[in-house]
Amino acid sequence: MLLDLFYVFAKIGAFTLGGGYAMVPLIQSEVVDKRKWIDKEEFVDILAVAQSTPGALAINMSTFIGYRKKGILGSIFATLGCVAPSFFSILIIAMFFAKFMSYKVVERAFCGIRPAVAALITFSVFKIAKSSSIKSYYYIFTAAAFSLVTFVKLDPILIIIASAILGILILKIRGDKDDNN
Amino acid sequence: MIIIKLFLIFAKIGAFSIGGGYAMLPFIQREIIDNNHYLSLKEFSDILAISQMTPGPIAINSATFVGYKIAGVLGSIAATLGIVLPSFLMIIIIASFFVKFYDKKEVKAAFLGIRPAVLGLLAAAAYSVTITNVIDIKSIFVFILSFGILFIKRMDPIIVLIISAVLGIILY
Repeated sequence: MLLDLFYVFAKIGAFTLGGGYAMVPLIQSEVVDKRKWIDKEEFVDILAVAQSTPGALAINMSTFIGYRKKGILGSIFATLGCVAPSFFSILIIAMFFAKFMSYKVVERAFCGIRPAVAALITFSVFKIAKSSSIKSYYYIFTAAAFSLVTFVKLDPILIIIASAILGILILKIRGDKDDNN
Repeated sequence: MIIIKLFLIFAKIGAFSIGGGYAMLPFIQREIIDNNHYLSLKEFSDILAISQMTPGPIAINSATFVGYKIAGVLGSIAATLGIVLPSFLMIIIIASFFVKFYDKKEVKAAFLGIRPAVLGLLAAAAYSVTITNVIDIKSIFVFILSFGILFIKRMDPIIVLIISAVLGIILY
């Protein structure tokens, strides 16, 4: 299991191209769809926690999922797995290919990768929207979060905190009517 | 000693940059260029360009690279460990609470609010990545093709990335 964690996150780390959210679809595919280590709901919850913690999103998620599966050791293996591919590729480039940038082929490959990453992330949005049991009126949160980040450039952490508070307020106002998710 | 100093600088950067990859870059720039003059701005922007084109989170990549530039392999290890460690420890603490409190009514209610909001954040990321990168006929073609094979064939994202890299080399 520990080696599995290392292997899966090394694979994710090796294909995290184009930064930031690009790994969300990869983790979703490997950890939720293929291996069913965590379920769809928890995946989104972990994404929220990783987003509100300092550090790179990909690393935070790997640490968290590693911990969920196998405690501290699991988190160490998953994190090392996630870091290893980039660490060694950077080291090799720094040592031998200082002129990496002049390699036109890499640049052209990235011209193809970037729009594909855009498609991957967009697809992830649809997949999460379809699979997680977000109740209809809660989609106001989705629309608000989208607009506040895109147009007002509000800090995502503020949005997560505000939505958590609103979630609890809704519970208090509606009382304990259990409309299970 | 420079190795320990590198570790501490990057640990500080790792501890205070909430919001992932790109949020760390201004911190790295301030510490490495402005405060300590380890690298010039030109060297740093070259490093950023390469870090963007290398697998892995950009902040980690640039930490590894900067560490190597300043103090060789040991430097790269120190910088990488430094930038990863604070969030690693914090996540472990949070995860242990998470496991304990996940079933609490209030926590569940909070996540009922958080989940749709995170979907909105992801949608915002998708939107901004799309409008910056899907800009001409070729990129629109790659975008639609990628989305299509994901949607219809349920293909592994890794395969999609490989296909798109090959397409990029052919088309551009």
